[in-house]
Amino acid sequence: MADEKYLLEMKNIVKTFPGVQALKGVELKVRPGEIHALMGENGAGKSTLMKCIAGIYRPTEGQIYFDGKLLGHYTTADALKMGISMIHQELSPVLYRSIMENIWLGREPLNAIGLVDHRKMYDLSMTVLKEIELDESPKTLMVSLTVAKMQMIEIAKAISYNSKLIIMDEPTSALTDKEVKQLYFIMRKLKALGKSIIFISHKLDEIYEITDRITIYRDGSYIGTENTKDLKLERLINMMVGRDVNEMFPKVPCHIGEVKLEVRNLTHRRLFKNVSFTVRRGEILGIAGLVGAGRTEVIETIFGMRRKVGGETFIDGKKVEIRNPRTAIAMGMAWLTEDRRQSGIFPMLSVQLNMAIANIAKFLNRLGFLKESYMNTVCDDYVRKIQVKTPSLSQRVENLSGGNQQKVLVARWLMTNPDILFLDEPTRGIDVGTKAEIHRLITTLAGEGKSIVMISSELPEVMGMSDRIMIMHQGKVTGILDNSKALTQGELMAYATNTMEEYHAARGKE
Amino acid sequence: MTKTAASPKIKIDPKQIAKKYGIVIVLILMILGLSIAEPAFLSPTNIFNVLTQTSIFGIMALGLTFVIISKGIDLSVGSVLALSGVIAASLGQTMAATSKYYPNLAELPVIVPILAALAVGAFCGAISGFLIAKTKIPAFIATLGMMTVARGLALIYSGGKPVSTLIPNLTVLGGKLFNVVPVPVIIYFVVILISSVLLNRTRFGKNVYAIGGNITAAEVSGVNVSKNLVLIYTYCGLLAGLAAIVFAGRVGSVHPGAASGYELTAIAATTIGGTSHSGGIGAIWGAFVGALVLSVMRNGLTLLGVDAYWQQVVEGLIIVVAVIIDMRKNAKRD
Ligand SMILES: Nc1ncnc2c1ncn2[C@@H]1O[C@H](COP(=O)(O)OP(=O)(O)OP(=O)(O)O)[C@@H](O)[C@H]1O
Ligand SMILES: [Mg+2]
Repeated sequence: MADEKYLLEMKNIVKTFPGVQALKGVELKVRPGEIHALMGENGAGKSTLMKCIAGIYRPTEGQIYFDGKLLGHYTTADALKMGISMIHQELSPVLYRSIMENIWLGREPLNAIGLVDHRKMYDLSMTVLKEIELDESPKTLMVSLTVAKMQMIEIAKAISYNSKLIIMDEPTSALTDKEVKQLYFIMRKLKALGKSIIFISHKLDEIYEITDRITIYRDGSYIGTENTKDLKLERLINMMVGRDVNEMFPKVPCHIGEVKLEVRNLTHRRLFKNVSFTVRRGEILGIAGLVGAGRTEVIETIFGMRRKVGGETFIDGKKVEIRNPRTAIAMGMAWLTEDRRQSGIFPMLSVQLNMAIANIAKFLNRLGFLKESYMNTVCDDYVRKIQVKTPSLSQRVENLSGGNQQKVLVARWLMTNPDILFLDEPTRGIDVGTKAEIHRLITTLAGEGKSIVMISSELPEVMGMSDRIMIMHQGKVTGILDNSKALTQGELMAYATNTMEEYHAARGKE
Repeated sequence: MTKTAASPKIKIDPKQIAKKYGIVIVLILMILGLSIAEPAFLSPTNIFNVLTQTSIFGIMALGLTFVIISKGIDLSVGSVLALSGVIAASLGQTMAATSKYYPNLAELPVIVPILAALAVGAFCGAISGFLIAKTKIPAFIATLGMMTVARGLALIYSGGKPVSTLIPNLTVLGGKLFNVVPVPVIIYFVVILISSVLLNRTRFGKNVYAIGGNITAAEVSGVNVSKNLVLIYTYCGLLAGLAAIVFAGRVGSVHPGAASGYELTAIAATTIGGTSHSGGIGAIWGAFVGALVLSVMRNGLTLLGVDAYWQQVVEGLIIVVAVIIDMRKNAKRD
């Protein structure tokens, strides 16, 4: 083995949790200065393996060599000192503290007499923020940021440790193209400096764009490591899933009925202005746009979570006044929120309750008691349909892998069987195999005459699923387009960046 | 260089101010109302009186601010005050004291009882902190245990009797500097200053917020959570010990049953001041203002001649109303 030098070498790693063997003796070898992808279905064990490297979990068995040295037991603080930092998949920041305090948490710069030097912390943060091109004051509270910006802060933080190995566990799942490009830029820069990066993502195009080698896991077992440029897409998917997956976005045309929901001139004090759109029965309306375009905020306002300063909402042609989510739900709307950590899961509750919580009324018998076995049957059905990987329905949801938590939420809202369903990034962090199944379930709902509004930052998803696509840019609707074969990603991007005129002018000349 | 870098500009937005300083407005309104109804309220003597009355539970509220920001609770501060108080007092009796604890002990310099009180307080806090950090039992339980144990030890140590006839150097701490400024108030202000620096300007302070705000994030950022938890409760206990000295100075004796219920007053003060029990939010000035709201109210009700039994009812109502008016936490996202 002396012929090749690795920065990180993991051998025969086993990790068992009560009732689950997450890793069954896997290996991983990372070279200095390479970007190394980890791929595998939800629950394959990627995050668990990364937490073993970062000192959060202690492997049940196996050896970890870093920089040629065999490591014994170590803590996260030790890992950071050795030069291993990590962007976590499921970590929410310290919300009511500023950006700069989050970045420098645990290693605040001190002045001569040992007090925290806020001035220096501010300046250092400015430098870091500039590096990731984030235009926010370091003093802004984390809680006021969007999920994407929080994610960028996490990235900034991991980089600021100046580590030899940076682990990125699905850093892009909350980002849109613009930030992803920025992240690539940073990653290439780090690579040029000789740093190694472990990169986890379910988005295949990202893997092919940025990584040098790929290691694939399935069900806690090591499948193989290949050079990215030599590995064909079909083979990669086959290695991950263990079978072939063909149709990725099976959109079935449905009968489109009369207008169900109409939003007219919805306006917020500062986030968006004059947003108008309609959704018909059986229709899927996609909403595209860059982060910060105000897409999520529009839905939050429709649901009465934010105050509007103008605009009206109509359901079946009747004007409705929605002041809080409860009213909205009573009117037959449902909403899969964007951020599963903050507004989605109940971490310490069971998978079953997390799925059924929005549907409790359906599971009550005449005396008002829960029909436990009926509830189990329905939940089991969804667990099977969208392949939620869990040892049982009574498992705490916080013990599931990130993608499986997302599946639980998808199940929750599909189960409510609403008239109007809002889906904000429904397949975030979900593996290729299951994605198709979720798309099929969404299409089935549309086929039953439900109206669906779907926000997605993945253009192929929006284009594959929607009947029409509304595009937003900085709080304004730049266009609502009919989805057709002729529509291109380039055209959508032009609307999302508000450069339609240039785009059409350029196309006109051809 | 572009100038777009957001400079920390101060924008005056009345709504924002009402949101952030709601409780200050409540306090000002109370003071205005009281001084109109009873002009004697604003006399310097009465103002110092109010501040002195605030100092003891106010000091404990400062320690509790750290605890509550870290998403914990400390129910033991009242009992710890009593325990450190009786021990300190027993070391600070005059030679002439009739019921002297250590009859053959010479009169000790005042620093001995002071250090004893601080040490006992800090030790009790450290034990609570250690239990919470290592055994992971809830803070409520750990400090409930400490509350009962400390009270019991205070009773055992003192044989159930008050410890009195203290040396002048100790009672001077309850008196007035130059016959004007009460010493307890000076001590209180100094501790406010220290706590404020500790919470805002040290790594320890940042860790307190991080632990309360998101304990996992703190852990993976390399914060030593257990050590910091022990420190937080130690500081809270230390301040209970300090409050015991002020108590001894002011009253001139310490009863083993002293300060029972003070922990709830101190927790109320912290909460009124906007420190959130869900962790990660709070400030020292809040604990100060919250404590003032409580003692201004008590003082005012007395000045207005409200019946002592009714005072309790009114006090309870005002606490709840004050927190409701302080709209920081029930504000809607805009
Ligand atoms: N703390 C825990 N307790 C019990 N089981 C756990 C725990 N953490 C992870 N698991 C289980 O271990 C398996 C692997 O999880 P892991 O989070 O590593 O998956 P992953 O590959 O990162 O998936 P994803 O792509 O969804 O993020 C899952 O079946 C999960 O349920
Ligand atoms: Mg994962």
